[in-house]
Amino acid sequence: MYAFNYSRAETGRKAVNLISKNEDAKFLAGGQTLLPTMKQRLASPGALIDLSGAADLKGIEMKGRNLVIGAMTRHFDVATSELVKEKIPALADLAGMIGDPAVRNRGTMGGSVANNDPAADYPSACLALNATIITNKRKIPADEFFTGLFETALEEGELITKISFPVPNKAAYEKFRNPASRYAIVGVFVAKKGKDVRVAVTGAGSNGVFRPSNFEAALTAKFHVKSLEGVSAKAEGLNSDIHADAAYRAHLIGVMARRAVAKANAK
Amino acid sequence: MSATGIGASVRRKEDLRFITGRGQYTDDVNRPGQGYAFFVRSPHAHANIRKIDSNAAAKMPGVLAILTGDDIAADKVGGLICGWMIHSKDGSPMKAGAHPALAQGKVRYVGDHVAVVIAESLAEARDAAEKVEVDYEVLPAVVDMNAATKKGAPVIHDVADNNTVYNWHLGDKAATDAAFAKAKHVTKLDIVNNRLVPNPMETRAAVGDYEPGTESFTLYTTSQNPHVARLVISAFIGVAPENKLRVIAPDVGGGFGSKIFIYAEEVVCVWAAKKVGRPVKWTADRTEAFLCDAHGRDHLTHAELAIDESGRITGLRVHTLANLGAYLSTFSSSVPTYLYAPLLSGQYDIPAIYAEVDGIYTNTAPVDAYRGAGRPEATYVVERLVEVAARETHVDPAKFRQKNFITKFPHQTPVIMAYDAGNYDASLQKAMEMADYKNIGKRKAESERHGKLRGIGISAYIEACGIAPSAAVGSLGAGVGLWESAEVRVNPIGTVEILTGSHSHGQGHETTFAQLVSDRLGIPLDAVSIVHGDTDKVQMGMGTYGSRSGAVGMSAIVKALEKIEAKAKKVAGFCMEASEKDIEFKDGKFTVRGTDKSMDFGAVALQAYIAHKFNGQELEPGLKESAFWDPTNFTFPAGVHICEVEIDPETGITHIERWSAVDDFGNVINPMIVEGQVHGGIAQGIGQAMCENAVYDAKGQLVTASFMDYCMPRADDLPSYQVGMTQTPCPSNPLGIKGCGEAGAIAAPPALINAITDALGTENVPMPATPQAVWRLAQKSITRKAAQ
Repeated sequence: MYAFNYSRAETGRKAVNLISKNEDAKFLAGGQTLLPTMKQRLASPGALIDLSGAADLKGIEMKGRNLVIGAMTRHFDVATSELVKEKIPALADLAGMIGDPAVRNRGTMGGSVANNDPAADYPSACLALNATIITNKRKIPADEFFTGLFETALEEGELITKISFPVPNKAAYEKFRNPASRYAIVGVFVAKKGKDVRVAVTGAGSNGVFRPSNFEAALTAKFHVKSLEGVSAKAEGLNSDIHADAAYRAHLIGVMARRAVAKANAK
Repeated sequence: MSATGIGASVRRKEDLRFITGRGQYTDDVNRPGQGYAFFVRSPHAHANIRKIDSNAAAKMPGVLAILTGDDIAADKVGGLICGWMIHSKDGSPMKAGAHPALAQGKVRYVGDHVAVVIAESLAEARDAAEKVEVDYEVLPAVVDMNAATKKGAPVIHDVADNNTVYNWHLGDKAATDAAFAKAKHVTKLDIVNNRLVPNPMETRAAVGDYEPGTESFTLYTTSQNPHVARLVISAFIGVAPENKLRVIAPDVGGGFGSKIFIYAEEVVCVWAAKKVGRPVKWTADRTEAFLCDAHGRDHLTHAELAIDESGRITGLRVHTLANLGAYLSTFSSSVPTYLYAPLLSGQYDIPAIYAEVDGIYTNTAPVDAYRGAGRPEATYVVERLVEVAARETHVDPAKFRQKNFITKFPHQTPVIMAYDAGNYDASLQKAMEMADYKNIGKRKAESERHGKLRGIGISAYIEACGIAPSAAVGSLGAGVGLWESAEVRVNPIGTVEILTGSHSHGQGHETTFAQLVSDRLGIPLDAVSIVHGDTDKVQMGMGTYGSRSGAVGMSAIVKALEKIEAKAKKVAGFCMEASEKDIEFKDGKFTVRGTDKSMDFGAVALQAYIAHKFNGQELEPGLKESAFWDPTNFTFPAGVHICEVEIDPETGITHIERWSAVDDFGNVINPMIVEGQVHGGIAQGIGQAMCENAVYDAKGQLVTASFMDYCMPRADDLPSYQVGMTQTPCPSNPLGIKGCGEAGAIAAPPALINAITDALGTENVPMPATPQAVWRLAQKSITRKAAQ
């Protein structure tokens, strides 16, 4: 780790103010990616603005028909929230699958979504649930938010304040973990709201989280495991590494999608 | 049996301090005024060093010194050594290239130590290290053993043609060839024994200290054998004579073999302490541990088994390429030779065996002993071959083994070892019962109904433990004797300190050794303290590895305790005015035979020091004895592990349904600790078979240099084990102990792979059997079944 300046913001607004005065600063949410990267000297921000004291960025509530979660809400809080479990149990389920207890007790939804790690879990939930990412400046639909590997629509100094999830009729998440890191090799989130079915795949795409249109079309016709018979993902454009090559990942997308649909229908 | 004596599952005395964070590890040692070392390491797998420019770095804040290979050479600090001489078939000695503590002109693997920066703080040392400019001429690298021995391959050490350290062999080639010529059936198998990174929880660390007043050095270090470290650093590396060098290995958080060896960083810290005039501290970060700790295994083997018409094994032929990495680590040369091939007879009566082993240099981290060291590799070869041979000849794998078991002891194998005692069928029968082997067919059918594949695998392993005796290992090339020492110091009030040359880094010696003493002297467990890991306290010792501390280390304690008892009887005789011949010692009491006169152990100890009751010329005051124990043979723990798996063919995930382990460790001091050792060993064996793999890319970069890519087994990868025992006491030591530290890691890989291949209906699956690899084979298996 290199030396850096540290400041703590009590509100989201103060955090944005602080960062506007310091080009070399970064927001520190749960720090579960940023701090290890800094320790390895792979990142060297001149300053960190710690959001952990900003109470206005935390919390879970229903607003109309949407479940709205503050950006600084920890994975543990999402996983154990009675409200999340009642309204979108798949989201609580997903949060409980992230990392390990230490990670879940520090890591936050906003931090994960802003980082857009191609193997992170939350981006698939945002995309499949058609969430809206709310920042200090604007509201960004999930479809426009995730723009590439570790790339998002966020501008310099823009801060995610909350994420709004329309409550689906049915949803589920299935993840095939990397045996070493336990990140998603393939994670598939399926959601049905009215007639609209959305499927999002994380871990597999070489450009990050994506929606496989053939799966969505098949499930829109009928939201049933059998609809996915003969529906497969193409290996082209998928990641390949020592743990899983593209062909294996493509196969796993099918398996995880079928299991997710079965799980969603079982509820 | 007393509640704390031999055979009692006493809770570990040391755990209170470990689990409450009160252990004192090397990184907890801080000396006044210490500087912090950070090593500049090679980013290239193979390169000449044209120039090192540390001018800019030297001006950075806090820098105390920047030292390079030139400084090492100028101070005539010797290179790291390999302490076991192996001769090739043609009689020529192994080709050991120089291994300087800081590179001199050339680097040979990623992580090779180029320079050290010592500064007031670790952050300053790191900052300055980034400013050290090293001008490399990058050379082609070779990581693949087959490529390394080809003509035109990059030359790693000038002394080693074809990057070959030795072409070694063992056994009778002619007799083995004859057996194969007559064989009814020959089973052939190509086997990969994957490369592992040891990953003890505590990374290596060192604090070097120099006291100018007495011209003496102290090295605090994470060592499994501090006396051997002192011997090597003194006699070969030449930092200081032994009487001016104290090596302390305080609490050590796991080693698995990787802390046996004498590494560059520890040498540099102790040498630099004098040069810089400050204590020098270094603690490896996890990346350094991945890159620079000696790795384990890494064999490529072709093996063949000859079988006659009655299903008996008549011959075994093995050719192994052993990756030794870029330099020969301390005991590396012995691991794929004398710790490997002599175990190739397994539990079987095999009349003819011939093994060839080529030790190969590659541009990778050095490879040396890792839990089991050679014996897991041998067991894997034998137990995979036997399993495949049974399937090919349509014999139940259990029956095939039973038919070929050695049943008469002692048994001389054709590869050096003389097995002293065992009952292999007893372990197999018990394991089969625990595993409900006879009903596996029903369970397989049940799994198939749910779209799953179930399989069962047996591993009947043997190992040679209690690594010793000195004369034997000396004749095989070891540079040291492998005995053990003990000293028993009885204090005037009857408490006891045991000084042992064994070293505990997780094994629980403070408990088991104390149980022995409590049992023998009839004193409470708390009255016994175990002292180890300090060359100023313990005179000499050979350390802990190869499951030797019980069989060899405790035997030395027994010998010293016998001397204590003899001396104490003399003291008691004087005190009770009886002849020492009439003194009986039982349950902590000295009694004059046939009378009611008695003294307890504490009273005798006190009298030994007060010395009023006898004349100093008749009997020396005091009660302190020492002993060295050098056994007559290795010990031969053996057992049978049976693993049952269920595979999800859709994902390739293997779930271990059941693990039945039956081990014969001879007599057991603390069954709970032994069971813990078995659990840990199996976990590491499962890790090797299913998860762990050190992967280098073609340029010699370690792809799996963190836990993000190097898959350590986790709790949810592991089953709940059923552990059982059979017992045939070892005849070659006074306690009848065989050793238990490595058994699980030796037994587990073939049991698991045999189970997976059984489930898949395939001959082979390379380790680690990852979900991806298993999925691919499962698809083939399903296609094959459909075609039938």
